[in-house]
Amino acid sequence: MTYLTKPKFHHPSLPKNTLGYTRRDYEAATSTLCAGCGHDSISAAIIEASFELAIEPHRVAKISGIGCSSKTPTYFLGASHGFNSVHGRMPSVLTGANLANRELIYLGISGDGDSASIGFGQFAHALRRGVNMTYIVENNGVYGLTKGQFSATADRGSKSKKGAVNTDNAIDLAAMALQLGATFVARSFSGDKTQLVPIIKAAIAHRGAAFIDVISPCIAFNNHPGSTKSLDYVRAHNEAVNALDIMIGRDAITVDYEPGKVVEVTQHDGSVLTLRKLNDDYDPSDRLAAMNFLQQETAKGRIVTGLLYVDGEADDLHGHFNTVAMPLNQLNEPELCPGSKALDKINAGLR
Amino acid sequence: MSLTAVNDFVIRFANVNGSGSASANEMFARAIMRMGIPMSPRNVFPSNIQGLPTWYEVRVTEAGHLGARGGTDIMVAMNPQTYNADVASVEPDGYLIYDSTRAMPPGKPRTDINLIGIPLTAICNKEYSDPRQRQLFKNIICIGALSALLDMDITELEKLVGEQYRSKEKLIQPNIHALHLGRAYAEANFKCPIGLRLQRSDKVGDRILIEGNAAAALGAVYGGATVCAWYPITPSSSVAENFTKFCGKYRHDPATGEARYAIVQAEDEIASIGMVVGAAWNGARAFTATSGPGISLMQELFGFAYFAEIPSVIIDVQRAGPSTGMPTRTQQCDLINCAYASHGDTKHVLLLPEDAAEAFEFTAGAFDYADRLQTPVFVLLDLDIGMNHRLCRPLQWDDTRFYDRGKVMTAADLEAGKDFGRYTDVDGDAIPFRTYPGTHPTKGGYFTRGTSHDARAKYSEEGADYVEGMQRLLRKHETAKGILPRPVRHDAGKPTRFGVIYYGSTAPAMHEAAEILTARGHTLDLMRVRAFPFHQDVASFIADHDFVFVVEQNRDAQLRSLIVNELDIDPVRLVPILHYDGTSITARFISSVIGDRLDALKVTPLRKAMS
Ligand SMILES: Cc1ncc(C[n+]2csc(CCOP(=O)(O)OP(=O)(O)O)c2C)c(N)n1
Ligand code: SF4
Ligand SMILES: [Mg+2]
Repeated sequence: MTYLTKPKFHHPSLPKNTLGYTRRDYEAATSTLCAGCGHDSISAAIIEASFELAIEPHRVAKISGIGCSSKTPTYFLGASHGFNSVHGRMPSVLTGANLANRELIYLGISGDGDSASIGFGQFAHALRRGVNMTYIVENNGVYGLTKGQFSATADRGSKSKKGAVNTDNAIDLAAMALQLGATFVARSFSGDKTQLVPIIKAAIAHRGAAFIDVISPCIAFNNHPGSTKSLDYVRAHNEAVNALDIMIGRDAITVDYEPGKVVEVTQHDGSVLTLRKLNDDYDPSDRLAAMNFLQQETAKGRIVTGLLYVDGEADDLHGHFNTVAMPLNQLNEPELCPGSKALDKINAGLR
Repeated sequence: MSLTAVNDFVIRFANVNGSGSASANEMFARAIMRMGIPMSPRNVFPSNIQGLPTWYEVRVTEAGHLGARGGTDIMVAMNPQTYNADVASVEPDGYLIYDSTRAMPPGKPRTDINLIGIPLTAICNKEYSDPRQRQLFKNIICIGALSALLDMDITELEKLVGEQYRSKEKLIQPNIHALHLGRAYAEANFKCPIGLRLQRSDKVGDRILIEGNAAAALGAVYGGATVCAWYPITPSSSVAENFTKFCGKYRHDPATGEARYAIVQAEDEIASIGMVVGAAWNGARAFTATSGPGISLMQELFGFAYFAEIPSVIIDVQRAGPSTGMPTRTQQCDLINCAYASHGDTKHVLLLPEDAAEAFEFTAGAFDYADRLQTPVFVLLDLDIGMNHRLCRPLQWDDTRFYDRGKVMTAADLEAGKDFGRYTDVDGDAIPFRTYPGTHPTKGGYFTRGTSHDARAKYSEEGADYVEGMQRLLRKHETAKGILPRPVRHDAGKPTRFGVIYYGSTAPAMHEAAEILTARGHTLDLMRVRAFPFHQDVASFIADHDFVFVVEQNRDAQLRSLIVNELDIDPVRLVPILHYDGTSITARFISSVIGDRLDALKVTPLRKAMS
């Protein structure tokens, strides 16, 4: 790209990030979701994470499916390019977009209906391919947009607002992501910004398929007693395994941690993830242990949150394909077209 | 009695799939081409019949008729499981060549054909001890015998062996030896040549022999495709496979070895088209290759790409539907499903190549049309074009040609203050400007959505905004008519009230049928349609004639329906001529159906004959 980024000027008192952007530069249209919807808190966390990371808003592609959750890209990063695709197909659209230009930051926004039902296949395949993206599922256990039907992440035995009991088993998207080889897997809660913001930052800094399952209560259809995705239920059953600080570059760690209570992971881009252990036995670099732990705690009725797994040495789909550094959408005739001489040779070989 | 002809017959090999016959058969066909004799090979490979039969048919045709002829003059019957049916299919006075080592399955003997028994297995067993060699060389020995029976130039076969095993030199001599074994046996035991034979000619010219799918894949390479997403399905898989092969050869950075392309074998066709749409939205040239079932699955995203105006290229190699239908048989049955794909009011651009040369040109061109028109473009091949080698003019590329990326606003444009409205028609062609994501920090950003939007891409449920957008899409369709390949008209040279419209793989059979009909005393003007939406010339052609036959390979007269619907033509004037049993359409079929109608018209009042 041939231009220089020109920071906008705002009220001088607004704090700026290292690029000179204020939080406002990462905001967008006012949300039309229900007041108190968990999804809005996630949008706020994305804005905060983007501001703190000082990413250039226009270098982000925010891509979603269909649902209340998938509508949220309209409500954050207004200067970014948005793509509100069709129900359940965000992962494929994002994969294609990523192949065309490896230089942008890809934010995939989805819902539990979008990713665990209609788009379960695409969810799985994008993760197993290692597409470099931050894939966020705003998980409320229901189809919010179509007014409260159970989704595939609704726990067995949980009750709908109208009193129906769910008899199907639940899909645990974080557990699935671990099994599918995602190289960054986290779970968080829309009501816990302190936990969520650093996780989003770390996911964006991660090169590879980063998946975040964010429990995000639906105020309108799934916040009643008997729901296992209500604000109260999640607060009561939340079991955070760690607390994350992310350092971009090689900044000195300023916080003092108790020895033995900290895990550090350095990612490709140099970002250092400093994880303060809340559970002494939890090791976020051990995929198998993470899978086991998740199953055990889920069986006990606990909702495990935190950075569940990260592979700092991860590679992505472009790495697997060994594609050129120059984005494919910038290649032209000289790089792409073999020309008439080569074609003459091909013709000669076909006679 | 035996059939006699020079450079004009049909030979059919009945083989067992996987017996190594394919390469031997192909060598046989190529040797005929090298003798300067036009020929047209076809594969018939049923998907689910006991005994894994495959047939390989070569029509030898000095006159250059590349369509299927129908009937078999020489049957090389190597598959015991299909033997009886194969024998029954030989034309009277034709020839049956069979392995006489063992008795063939019992069946009704035919006394009206010529039997040529060659003890292929016995010759092999005597010569080779390794069972694999026995199997492979049996095919070559058979070709060697045919070379004597048909008076084929053995040196052409020898050269082809040399070329085929250039990198495995120790296989050359044994293969040539096997050829001569067969040839010597035939010379010693039969009167060679038989009545049907070959004679060197000069009718091939500079033409090449290539499969349509390979040509389309090359078209994608030349047309600048960088992203391919696909899901395997007969008969389209070899498009993506060939694209992979050609990219491996032509698309790596010579210095670093890095790839200038990305190919994903997706989890299904929905994901394939999703990736294509995502990549194209982001400024890369992207395509998928599929067949009918895949087209059905992709519908929702076709509508999205139409409405959000995202260029995308879809190569549909058609096979007989509906449902799984006859997956290894040819048809032109996806026209309507592609032309109006997806829910809501949609219309899509279709390209209808007649052969491999056009498959190359139209596929390369499809990326320009898609970028220019910002819409999905369908290249409709079919199994007959896609999976058969066909003689065609050499592929050509003009090195001064530039990719037409369409209306893309750059960072410099935006910086210079150009106004950007994603869905605004600024200059009357109904095509708006787009930006590639990430172009400029503050300008040119927009939200892409399948929900209704105004001229500046803002969400809008205002009826007026919606109608304006839908009307502009219709006007864009009008613009397309002037850009797409025009129909090709071929007038008879003397006045006639009758015309014929046809397209795609029907072309060679139609041209041959026209000659037959001329000989029968009928005069017809021809028009080959090459794209949808239809150019004005199609309407003019119909206006110029009282009745127009529309020849196509589907049950429901899909092109005819499109013409009636889009050009408001009285259906009575368009007479459907339909061939849809899954076999390639033939001149015999077309000329007899049209000929009978025209004969009837000569003696009966018009109304009666048409009703
Ligand atoms: C093909 C298709 N089927 C059905 C719908 C209707 N639909 C819209 S959103 C939705 C469910 C969304 O649920 P989720 O992804 O959990 O999002 P939420 O609204 O809960 O955030 C459905 C079924 C659709 N848009 N497209
Ligand atoms: S319906 Fe539920 S998910 Fe949708 S906006 Fe309202 S609270 Fe949020
Ligand atoms: Mg939901």
